[in-house]
Amino acid sequence: MTQIHQSDVAIIGGGLMGCSAALFLRQRGMSVTLLETDKVGRQASGTNFGNVRRQGRPIFQLPLANRAIRIWRDSPQLLGSDVEYLQSGHIRVCFRDRPENIGKMEDYAALAREEGLDLELLSANALREKFPWLGPDVLAGSYSATDGHANPRLAAPAFARAAARLGASIVEDTKIVHAEKVGEDFRLTAEDGRQFAAPILLITAGAWAGKIAGWFGEEIPLTPRAPTMSVTEPVPYAIAPAVGVMTPDEVETVYFRQVARGNIVLGGSTRAQSYPDDYRSYVLPQNTMTQFQHLRRLAPALANLQVIRVWSGIEGYTDDALPIMGPSAKVSGLFHAFGFSGSGFQIGPGVGETMAELIATGATDIPLEHYAVTRFAK
Amino acid sequence: MSARFRRLVETDRPQVSLTIDGVGVTALAGDTLMVAMLTNGDALRSSEFSDLEPTDGRRAGFCLMGACQDCWVWTAQGERLRACSTPVQGGMEISTHQPEATWATIA
Amino acid sequence: MGNHRVIIVGAGPAGVRAASAVVRAGLRPIVIDEAARAGGQIYRRPPENFQRDHEALYGTEAARARAIHEDFAALVPHIDYRPETLVWNVAEGHVWAAHEGETQAIPYDALIVCSGASDRVAPIKGWQAAGCYSLGGAQIALKAQGCAIGHRVIFLGSGPLLYLAAAQYVKAGAEVAAVLDTSPFWLRVKAAPKLAAMPELLWQGVKLLRDLKRAGVPVLTGVTPVEIEGDTQSGVSGVTVRHKGAVKHFAGDAVAMGWHVKPEAQIADLARATFAFDEATRQWLPQTDADGRAGNALYLGGDGARVLGARSAEVTGELAAMAALADLGLSVDADRRRWLLAEKANYANFAKGLAQAFPWPHELVAAIPDEAIVCRCEAVTAATLRASVNTAHAQEANRAKAFSRVGMGRCQGRYCGHASTEIIAAARSVSLEKTGRLRGQAPVKPIPVSLKRNDL
Repeated sequence: MTQIHQSDVAIIGGGLMGCSAALFLRQRGMSVTLLETDKVGRQASGTNFGNVRRQGRPIFQLPLANRAIRIWRDSPQLLGSDVEYLQSGHIRVCFRDRPENIGKMEDYAALAREEGLDLELLSANALREKFPWLGPDVLAGSYSATDGHANPRLAAPAFARAAARLGASIVEDTKIVHAEKVGEDFRLTAEDGRQFAAPILLITAGAWAGKIAGWFGEEIPLTPRAPTMSVTEPVPYAIAPAVGVMTPDEVETVYFRQVARGNIVLGGSTRAQSYPDDYRSYVLPQNTMTQFQHLRRLAPALANLQVIRVWSGIEGYTDDALPIMGPSAKVSGLFHAFGFSGSGFQIGPGVGETMAELIATGATDIPLEHYAVTRFAK
Repeated sequence: MSARFRRLVETDRPQVSLTIDGVGVTALAGDTLMVAMLTNGDALRSSEFSDLEPTDGRRAGFCLMGACQDCWVWTAQGERLRACSTPVQGGMEISTHQPEATWATIA
Repeated sequence: MGNHRVIIVGAGPAGVRAASAVVRAGLRPIVIDEAARAGGQIYRRPPENFQRDHEALYGTEAARARAIHEDFAALVPHIDYRPETLVWNVAEGHVWAAHEGETQAIPYDALIVCSGASDRVAPIKGWQAAGCYSLGGAQIALKAQGCAIGHRVIFLGSGPLLYLAAAQYVKAGAEVAAVLDTSPFWLRVKAAPKLAAMPELLWQGVKLLRDLKRAGVPVLTGVTPVEIEGDTQSGVSGVTVRHKGAVKHFAGDAVAMGWHVKPEAQIADLARATFAFDEATRQWLPQTDADGRAGNALYLGGDGARVLGARSAEVTGELAAMAALADLGLSVDADRRRWLLAEKANYANFAKGLAQAFPWPHELVAAIPDEAIVCRCEAVTAATLRASVNTAHAQEANRAKAFSRVGMGRCQGRYCGHASTEIIAAARSVSLEKTGRLRGQAPVKPIPVSLKRNDL
């Protein structure tokens, strides 16, 4: 008979959501087993742009984002390692051809202030005085001094190591191929036959989570998409804030941030298709060229820099671009936290802490109604 | 400052004038920018990371075949040139030091 | 029929012979090359206003070099020749090529990649100092620019190129302080039967050694490099090695270092070639059949597939082109193909002998001191790399790179990749194969954000 590895909570998916939940659950004294198909943090959590920004999130998401920012600021002590979190600000700009975005920025800033997020609106002249590298097409911008960025390659692994130091079982190279509730326990079976059991199951499996939720009758359609990412050679540090664009157009939604070592991470514009069944995503060169074109418009001086690498990852998008977060509507003891639609990095630690609180105490102050799994029920 | 590279042959070529760190120097037509710089000085650039790794300082290229990417230099206009694969041209203005934050506003 | 779109990447000996074969079959291939003049690296040409003749430039290989250069010149009217053009990506049946700030996606029915090789380098403590160059770099300085890399050059490494480059420097009038070979001499004796597969090359090696000794250059074999001494401002000042139990120091202002060469396989990687671990040379190589087929309309020839030397590159370049032509439904000369395959087998045998006689010094690499820099681009030390294994539990090359930054710099692992996997394998006490290889991504070489498409 196969030995069954038992714990209080089993987590399927070792991205930032799962790894941070594992840490906070251990802090609350619950035993945790986290199961990851590959290595922790390899997919969306490790390949995203690295924006740690509250600005631009839906207003109703700001309490969650505020929770997360406290954890980011505390991360060196909490994790015992440096995930390169820099509170160096974030600016969101709009272009001359869409002046209506200024009004939208003002509306958003007013609502955000009520949630504790202070944004400074800057017109073109003031913007260029502060950030002279912005292109002439930039009309206005919204500056968030308390936003910043961090290193996605380091974050989820650091949470996992901290959780393991507290006694969590972080089990990598383990693909769960079957899961069902048997009596009081969720019984998980890995590809190699190993078995895991727990009375509580948390699904944080990113682009693969919709199918896993489907094992319990709650299949969520997720579109897997591949971000177009590039990075430059290291250059002298000149650009403090992360920079993004407010626009309805995906093709011109580009962003960049300079890391302390000097490289500039470039992201955005057209996303490609990704192939979660093969665990592969490819950057299409035509998308890289479009990305460059729009970046040149945003910050002309970038044109001189050499890009040394592109990469992509596998992100899971829901139909309304909002995550599924909260308890299952069908199976008691089952919880979901996935579908973050390319916007999960900043809130990630907050998601982990909130899910741990919900699981351990049955309740959380963070409003979750917008993320209910039932909104996709037929 | 002494020159790093030593010309052994092929010196009968027309001269080309350029400036390196603001100082006017001459090279020979047909030189790569790397040879133009290293027959007038001993380095192309400084490591970006000498504050993090104090044993790393001035650099002078490595492979001469466009593979190592060690020889990228800054022009006074904020452009990037790979010295080993760029023919020297008269009037080039090269800096062997990092331009600090000014690269972001030159363009 | 004549509409078959064939792209050849690389105009060194392999690419030139591939182009010849494709033109002979009645097609007009696109030949893309990064350099301004054809010839690759071994037969690299100086700019047109230089005066040395082929004998001065290429020595014993003068006739071969001349043939390659003249044959290519005769081909130019029959091909679509794109010099000074970088292939930076391959995707969905298109080659992405960049020239003078513009790029285009070029479709192909067959892609023949003859991308050549670059030096295989073992990091030595202090190798980041100004004045350290690869052996290939030292040769190019002399061949293509008429310069020595320094006033007193120390040659360090192993392989025939070590002796060839040093002898070329002596002949050209440069001062060579020493030739320091990490391979013990007895390995050459042991490999002699395989080296005898190409007696002309073997004899050339003996002559090089004789030339060096006649010039009074100290030649030491079986050395253990300790350190390249230098100063962060003025660069290299000398090399210290251990030899026969004694510590020896050589003063000099330049080091030419290298341990044979390795394929530039980045384009093959992007074109989805499969890689397999080669135990004999301790590296991952793109997989092809005997003719050079790598699957997916991709064909590999020359040192860019497997390092067998410039002479062999002519053979395997032609074989790869013949395979492409055959797969496009064109007839090929079966006798010629058999002859080429037999030639290739000879070179392969000799290459095995070279690998035996002048091995990649993997124990030295794995034992590099903690404070030594492994990744030159990012100035990452062995200590940081080992910590990514020991503390952050990285088990393979890409994970170690994500945590330590080794391989993240401008060269994208060309000069640190092999060494880093040796260090990781030793830190984990696992086989080198288990440590994997660095995953390739575009661009093949850096591209500017100013790059614009001109094909829309």
